[in-house]
Amino acid sequence: MLIIMALLPFLGALLPSLMIRAGRNACAIFTALPTFLALVILLILSPSVMRGEVLQAELAWLPQIGLSASFFLDGLGLLFAGMILGVGLLITLYARFYLSGEDPMGQFYTFLLLFQGAMLGIVLSDNILLLLVFWELTSLSSFLLIGYWKHLPEGRQGARMALAVTGSGGLAMIAGMLILGNIVGSYNLTDILQAGDAIRASDWYLPALILILLGAFTKSAQFPFHFWLPQAMAAPTPVSAYLHSATMVKAGVFLMARMWPVLSGTDAWFNIVTTTGLITMVLGALIALFKNDLKALLAYSTVSQLGLMTMLLGFGTQVAAVAAVFHIINHLTFKAALFMTAGIVDHETHTRDIRRLGGLRHLMPVTFVIATISALSMAGIPFLNGFLSKEMMLEEASHTGLFGSPSALPILATIGALLSVAYSFRFVVHVFLGPVRDDYPHKPHDPPFGMWAAPALLACLVVLIGVAPFLAEGIVTAAANAVTGADLHPHFKIWHGFTPALWMSVVAVVSGAILLLQYGMLDRVWEALPRPEAKTIFDHLVAAVVAGARRVTEITHNGAISRYLAIFTIASVALGWVAYSGGGLGPRTRDLLAVPLVVAVGWLMLIVATGYVVVNHHHRFRALVLIGVIGLTVSAGFVYLSAPDLALTQISVETVTIMLLLLALHFLPKVTPRESSLALRLRDGAIATVAGLGVGGLAYAFLLRDTDTISDYFIANSYEGGGGTNVVNVILVDFRGFDTYGEIIVLGIAGFLIFSLMHALLDGPAAKRLRARDYSQDRSHDRHPLMMVVVTRVLMPIAMVVGIYIFLRGHNAPGGGFVAGLVVAIALLMQYMASGFAWTQARKRIEYHTLIGMGVVIAGLTGAGAWLFGQPFLTSAYTYVHIAPVEEFELATAMLFDLGVFLTVLGAVMLMLYSLSRIARFAGETVNMEPMDYDPSEHVDDGKVKV
Amino acid sequence: MMHWIVLPIVLPAMVAPLIGFVMRNDITMARITSLVSTALLLCIAIGLTAMAAQGETLTYRLGDWPAPFGIVMVLDRLSALMVLLTASLALIVLIHAIATGWDARGRHFHVLFQFQLMGICGAFLTGDVFNLFVFFEVLLIASYGLMIHAGGRARMRAGLQYVVMNLAGSTLFLFALGTLYASTGTLNIADLAAKIPTIPPDDAALVRVAAMLLMIVFAVKAAVFPVQFWLPATYSNAPAPVAALFAIMTKVGAYAILRVHTLAFGPGVPGTEGMAGTWLFPAAIVTIAIGAFGVIGARRLMPLIAFSVVGSMGTLLAAVAVFSPTATTAALYYMVHSTFAAACLFLIADLVVTRRQSDTLDPIPATVQNGLFAALFFAAAIGMAGMPPLSGFLGKLLVLDALRAPGMIGWAWTAILLGSLLTIVGFARAGSNLFWKSTTLSEPALDPGEQRGDAARSRTATAAQLAPAMAALAVLAGLAAFAGPAAAYFEDTSTQLFDRSGYVAAVLGTGEED
Repeated sequence: MLIIMALLPFLGALLPSLMIRAGRNACAIFTALPTFLALVILLILSPSVMRGEVLQAELAWLPQIGLSASFFLDGLGLLFAGMILGVGLLITLYARFYLSGEDPMGQFYTFLLLFQGAMLGIVLSDNILLLLVFWELTSLSSFLLIGYWKHLPEGRQGARMALAVTGSGGLAMIAGMLILGNIVGSYNLTDILQAGDAIRASDWYLPALILILLGAFTKSAQFPFHFWLPQAMAAPTPVSAYLHSATMVKAGVFLMARMWPVLSGTDAWFNIVTTTGLITMVLGALIALFKNDLKALLAYSTVSQLGLMTMLLGFGTQVAAVAAVFHIINHLTFKAALFMTAGIVDHETHTRDIRRLGGLRHLMPVTFVIATISALSMAGIPFLNGFLSKEMMLEEASHTGLFGSPSALPILATIGALLSVAYSFRFVVHVFLGPVRDDYPHKPHDPPFGMWAAPALLACLVVLIGVAPFLAEGIVTAAANAVTGADLHPHFKIWHGFTPALWMSVVAVVSGAILLLQYGMLDRVWEALPRPEAKTIFDHLVAAVVAGARRVTEITHNGAISRYLAIFTIASVALGWVAYSGGGLGPRTRDLLAVPLVVAVGWLMLIVATGYVVVNHHHRFRALVLIGVIGLTVSAGFVYLSAPDLALTQISVETVTIMLLLLALHFLPKVTPRESSLALRLRDGAIATVAGLGVGGLAYAFLLRDTDTISDYFIANSYEGGGGTNVVNVILVDFRGFDTYGEIIVLGIAGFLIFSLMHALLDGPAAKRLRARDYSQDRSHDRHPLMMVVVTRVLMPIAMVVGIYIFLRGHNAPGGGFVAGLVVAIALLMQYMASGFAWTQARKRIEYHTLIGMGVVIAGLTGAGAWLFGQPFLTSAYTYVHIAPVEEFELATAMLFDLGVFLTVLGAVMLMLYSLSRIARFAGETVNMEPMDYDPSEHVDDGKVKV
Repeated sequence: MMHWIVLPIVLPAMVAPLIGFVMRNDITMARITSLVSTALLLCIAIGLTAMAAQGETLTYRLGDWPAPFGIVMVLDRLSALMVLLTASLALIVLIHAIATGWDARGRHFHVLFQFQLMGICGAFLTGDVFNLFVFFEVLLIASYGLMIHAGGRARMRAGLQYVVMNLAGSTLFLFALGTLYASTGTLNIADLAAKIPTIPPDDAALVRVAAMLLMIVFAVKAAVFPVQFWLPATYSNAPAPVAALFAIMTKVGAYAILRVHTLAFGPGVPGTEGMAGTWLFPAAIVTIAIGAFGVIGARRLMPLIAFSVVGSMGTLLAAVAVFSPTATTAALYYMVHSTFAAACLFLIADLVVTRRQSDTLDPIPATVQNGLFAALFFAAAIGMAGMPPLSGFLGKLLVLDALRAPGMIGWAWTAILLGSLLTIVGFARAGSNLFWKSTTLSEPALDPGEQRGDAARSRTATAAQLAPAMAALAVLAGLAAFAGPAAAYFEDTSTQLFDRSGYVAAVLGTGEED
């Protein structure tokens, strides 16, 4: 039942948004429905709570960190839940008449219910992590409510400010609660409330206290976080009345009350909470007095009253706690009523500026009565409820010392009371009294009954409790006992005799009235005083943070690849070195070999070629040729080191790459411009050198050490298990065929990628530049020379045969599908170079996409074929076949796989070539359908040469 | 035989070339095939997760060669979880891409998409570091293709950054693998996990270098400081559905660190113990700061989201850096959460940006369905910023709870909480400008040149376009509502991950089961 009650507002939250389609009344009724139901449940539960029982309900949620959806209802929870739901109903009624036809009412009520649910959750949570969940939810839903009038800049800014301030407090509180839970070993409030001594004795007490108080102070708008509350007044008045007087801002006070048994009673608590409350009370009241906006006045008065409650809780005595609880109720009644009357005045006169108001008592008598009763209660006039709790506050203050001074606190408390008398009187005098004016922005009159019903009801309560305070004793006792954990029986009386508190009260009322009489003079003094404007400071702070963050981000993430790479390289080298020096290196187990002359020459060639590339990389063509040289030298190195497979692969990869790069270079400037300064190049050079030395050192370190590797297994099992004597090939297509499968896919994707890149390029702005290219420069006059055409034609079948040969022998001797694919691709590439792409293209039969697709599919199907035989993917099989007159030969499924490799490689290379040629033709390269520019066989007859 | 294990790799690898060469001229056929295949992948992933949930570590020996000689795929709770995450995200993103027509704005979207899935699933399933390298290559080249899908100047530039940084990472990967092989003689993760603990610290220099370099490689993928620079530009310039899919790509890096640095170099390994965490933790903290600064300072919506992804990776890796089962539980929860949160934001941003025709945060008159988009954005931002009631808040609590070690708590809590604050403020500013302030501006005067733009502004989002983002939100809500059972699964997952001997026995075991 408790859980249902807690969740009812959430469950009903979508109803208003839906029911608005049935009209505004239906919408309001369906908003009130879940609230009303929850209230009914609360009333059903209340008798047992009033008897002192604590109701509990629990649902598991995230037991790993001790978060459970557990709720409990004790006196304090009952008080707050009653306030939240009761005022919620009144606000629903009030808002129905307050909101205009243009405002999306369904949305408003949905937000309101969400907020109500979150607030209800806070006061019912039996788990502080669950409480945090609801705590943050109130921040979020109040963000939506404050920003409800999204067209008002004040609304948007106020909403963001409220979210930033209360959100940051909430985050601090997360930390505080986690610490608290860790001290106790449980996040359940019931457990925590039992562990007060352990908490106060813990080393972590102070951090936890400060962090939790940060949450409470921000939420309850305590100095120096008070500034968001007045800014939040841009919200529609029902929101101000609900969130910013009755409920949300009291969440902080609630939390301090809830934690009172475990956190209070220390010097730290007393000093921090009392001082903060006192400053807030006096400062808030002072500012309130000089505000001309009705709602701003009320906002600062709320700040001040919250300060009062905070201060009372800070005292740490049981009587003060009772006073705090009592004042929570009293403040709720008069302040909600005042906000609603302010809303009525605004609604009727179209202004909230006190300077433009006055004399309304004749025009709006009902509103006047309600406002006067509430304001006098706020001022602490006898027979109204505000008087009772204010007397208790002054009584407590009169015998509490602060920082060693016995009189500081009573004096300051009296000043606070005095100022609140002044602003309360001002609310009545400057708005309702005085002569009727004829310059109201809108001719005012009393609103319909629906609008003043809610404040009137609250005003009745003000009087009722004020005259017969014993009526509130029951609920205050229940709540105060829940706060203090003691068994108290407070009795509220109007007359206590001539106590110090009474004299303080008298002083406050009299001087407050005098202050108001002198208001004109005081206001001029106030206006002349320099006052730090909290909103401006906050705005500047946010602007500074944004600007600073933007600067840092934009400088660091400026898109300079060279810098990113430099950082990456430095980090790799530095961390690699750190890792290296953290462990020892075993003794070396191999001796250095002597350097034969041929190796030395090769090494020198590599060094020289590399150095040349570094120095001359601006000349792209030269650099490319040199890179080719480097590649070939490396291939020679492989040959020398008895790795023919590697050498073969390297050579063919090298050839294809260089050829494709040459073709690509065609579309690029011939020279790279110098873009970096000498210093930058020196820096990069140093980084590159260090990184190179690092890699070299690493290689050197492991070349000198033997390790047992898994390679022995491959050599031992290549023939037996894989059916091939070329271990490298068997590794590629069998032992680690899955790697190869992945790699041919990479190659295939590269083909597809370049193709789609080419399309993207030709569809984009680059196409224009290509078309506009000056294509006449540096042209060869004989682009398809006779000699080359003839030679490549002759070479073609030979290359094909070589390709097939390499492919077939691959399993037992150097070769294989990869190299074969490249060899055939080279043969075809040469045709293109000789006769142009169009001519070659016209003679091809199979789409390149298809080649790639077929290749990948064949390889995949070969792998999947093993499934038919109950074997894992890529399991190979081989057999020996003898067909006369051919010698006995081997057939292996690995060969089929290799065929897939072959096709993919061929397809990918050709697709890249095709993409390049598309770009070339786009750029205006002429298409020749003839094999060569000059064909002697066609022109011998007339002895003339056509050009 | 358990062929199921290899299916998440083989299925997309077979479908992709089919789309590529049979259906490349018919977008409808390609769409249907791609959708069916991805849905099948999801079914397979669910099946695999159910299998893994039994608690046994299952292996699949490719080519029937025994480990460590051949390549094995390993299915345990962690890899199954990652595959499931991938498949469900992929389906959401794919529907979005099709519904919004992104897939038709360039060539070969579905081919690259399927290959991308193959690469990601492969990286999650493989039990061999060299094979991991191969799958890194597959997913890198496929993701590069997806990233520059539909072309455009800014996208090409950002794509270059992406591919260059990641190729540098690949190169370093090879160096690391060479060092690793030279010092251990094997590249099978289980074999490494069996051998490296036997290496005494005074002979561990090379293995330590390998471990560190591998971590940098994975950090490039996971976008951790100081190698995170590529991410913001890449994600914010990629087509939005691709950026949403990339939410899983950073997780590949995080997963690899979890897998390799826990099993092979993790707790109980004398030579390398503690090294990864020592360096990863401060890096993660700085990453959180970078992400938060980027969010609060963003001028445009897409970079804002991209930086929030950076921040979330920092939070995730801070938890990973602890290398304990409890912290790993938190990390896994946060990983699932942040994947869907990021994807959801990108998908919603796509709907908004295509209508606004600009991703600047300047107020532009409100577009059609302003309220709906505002609500979706609000919800997704709540998820990302780690506010209740979505899973981000619980994830954050779990991570904070896991980072209680005395040397960590101050830095980690300050960074995560302040980072959250900046993120909240940043998203609030952005949302307020995009959806609130915009309502105050009137429609611009129509001039003929803007006719086309106006049509885009008022094109209402169809159910199919909204469904994917909502599905992602639903996942976040579900993850929050069922946090208990989810966290219990993640607890089992991390316990299994830290059971090194169990893993080694399952992979290298006698192999008699088949």
